[in-house]
Amino acid sequence: MIKFLLKGILRDKSRSLLPIIVISLGVFLTIFMSGWMKGIFTDMVDMNAKFTTGHVKIMTRAYAENEKQIPNDLALLDAENWMQKLNTEYPDVEWVQRIHFGGLIDVPDANGETRAQGPAMGKAVDLFSENTNEPERMNITKSLVKGVMPSKSGEALISDEFAERFGVKLGDKVTIFGSTMYGSMMFQTFDVTGTISFGISMLDRGAIIVDIKDAQKALDMEDATSEILGYFKESSYDDIRADSLKADFNGKYSNIDDEYSPQMFKLTEQGILKEMLARGENMTSIMVFIFIIAMSIVLWNTGLLGGLRRYSEYGVRLALGEEKGHIYKTIIIEAIIIGFIGSVVGTILGVGACYYLQENGIDFSAMMKNVDMMMPPVYRAIVTPDLFYVGFIPGLVAMTLGNALAGYAIYKRKTATLFKELEV
Amino acid sequence: MKKYIVLIMAIVVSIGAYSQTATEILEHIDRNMSSDNQVIESSMTIHGKRNSRTMTSITYTIGSEKSYTEYLSPVREKGTKMLKLTDKLWIYSPSTDRTIQISGHMLRQSVMGSDMSYEDAMDDRKLNEVYDAKVIGEEEIDGQKVIVLELKAKVDDIAYAARKIWVHKEKYISLKEELYAKSGQLLKQLTVSEVKMFDGRWYPTKMLYKDMLKKGKGTEMSIISIKFNQDIPEYMFTKAVLKQ
Repeated sequence: MIKFLLKGILRDKSRSLLPIIVISLGVFLTIFMSGWMKGIFTDMVDMNAKFTTGHVKIMTRAYAENEKQIPNDLALLDAENWMQKLNTEYPDVEWVQRIHFGGLIDVPDANGETRAQGPAMGKAVDLFSENTNEPERMNITKSLVKGVMPSKSGEALISDEFAERFGVKLGDKVTIFGSTMYGSMMFQTFDVTGTISFGISMLDRGAIIVDIKDAQKALDMEDATSEILGYFKESSYDDIRADSLKADFNGKYSNIDDEYSPQMFKLTEQGILKEMLARGENMTSIMVFIFIIAMSIVLWNTGLLGGLRRYSEYGVRLALGEEKGHIYKTIIIEAIIIGFIGSVVGTILGVGACYYLQENGIDFSAMMKNVDMMMPPVYRAIVTPDLFYVGFIPGLVAMTLGNALAGYAIYKRKTATLFKELEV
Repeated sequence: MKKYIVLIMAIVVSIGAYSQTATEILEHIDRNMSSDNQVIESSMTIHGKRNSRTMTSITYTIGSEKSYTEYLSPVREKGTKMLKLTDKLWIYSPSTDRTIQISGHMLRQSVMGSDMSYEDAMDDRKLNEVYDAKVIGEEEIDGQKVIVLELKAKVDDIAYAARKIWVHKEKYISLKEELYAKSGQLLKQLTVSEVKMFDGRWYPTKMLYKDMLKKGKGTEMSIISIKFNQDIPEYMFTKAVLKQ
């Protein structure tokens, strides 16, 4: 019977072409949107993890409360001791110290007086340790526009945008003016060895990157750190693992009555990530739901039109003694075959488009100059196993459902009136 | 009709008398606080969340336009200098041998982590020049009779659009001040706990400056010594002095 139906589908294009196009398009859109959004969210999570949140992050309770203000006076003390503890107790996680600081970048003239200045967004990371992964993790090396990485204490990278705007050249000196951990004035002069552009306006605006030891010295933060970030060594972010790590650490070391006691946070509960990730996950479900409803209505309509067009054919088949149930069964099987073909075509197109965008992406950096969120400049899709069924199953279901609804009209035909109807 | 005219005139005269009084009070305060020039050695104790720091400095001032401050202690701050010429401010750091000009929004930043901003430190203008005053009542602070004045700014380039000050009735020194933003939000509070006489004028020698938008105990300021009408050489107010 399937062979017979297949022949019908292939030979009678008006029976199959429109439904196949509709399903292919719907499946394609579902897969493409799902893959693209997942890609953007994955990139965003990855970028936030690398730059700000880690897979887990430790701060003092007081610092965490005011994190946006970069309150280094509330930084975590005894940092080296904490690092040792963490490395011993959780060896499968890579622990790194980071310091954030704000202030002014001041560019001197020949007399050592202010020639230009602008706001600074400083990041201090481990640049010089033998086994440091920080430059690679933060994509610093690849983000170099000019010059080279700092190789010794007293050297820094500054934002290419800042350097261009204020005419700072490689080898020039810049002074960071701000406050130390204890509120004193902080002046520290650095040699500029290179300029960087991450392509993320939030990071590129006034960015200065220095080694963590230099920052600790300048900010009077010897053996103190703004935060300690943890990255799972053998895997990417795992929410369940992060949950258990957080529960274990906070249970042992965090004290609700001591605002300077450390507190661990997992990636997904920091900043706006939690909300965004929840939205991202819901988005695919919502899209699939809308797709099934919309496609079912369209295909129901197509089925009704097909039923009208094939009114005589069904009449003849009924007149020849074919049972209504059998005709309904053939309609359903035919719908499944058409749905299958449409879903396969849509899945191939959708996954193909996602793969293309995974490899190439679309550069939105020009439109994101004033965006204050940690968003990737290039939006990429991601091909995941679920893309192979996220559109396929709804496509099949929608076609079958639409035709099942339309085909039900066969049961309203009366054998007694068939010959009268067929005379027409 | 005559009755009404007399009544209106009486009201007008009494309002005039009140505003005169308020203006006079401001003049008295300005006479105490301002001078052609002054040299003040002071200490500032900043109560941070984790510790407290005390620093000492010496400030040379001529009128309200020129001021030069050198920090004397602690070691980390020693040698840091600040020069104010009209509305410009430069800071010199001996550790980097750099002179940095502070301008724009940076002037609203805290000086050395204290509750005082650069803007606060820079504004030496006489109250009478920048505020209109109105007496709004009389109160007592620690058994001392004070007149309460409400001040509204009459110039635009000022950090606080309004002030409420509690002025000692005889010494003409503010024992308490509340500084408000244009929106009416209370920004800072100043409480004077000691007043001494120097060269025939009263001057606050111990006070607590509190940034109301910050958590913390505020910044204590003490005057170690003060000398009025000194012979201050003009080179003290040039950028060259910073690097000396």
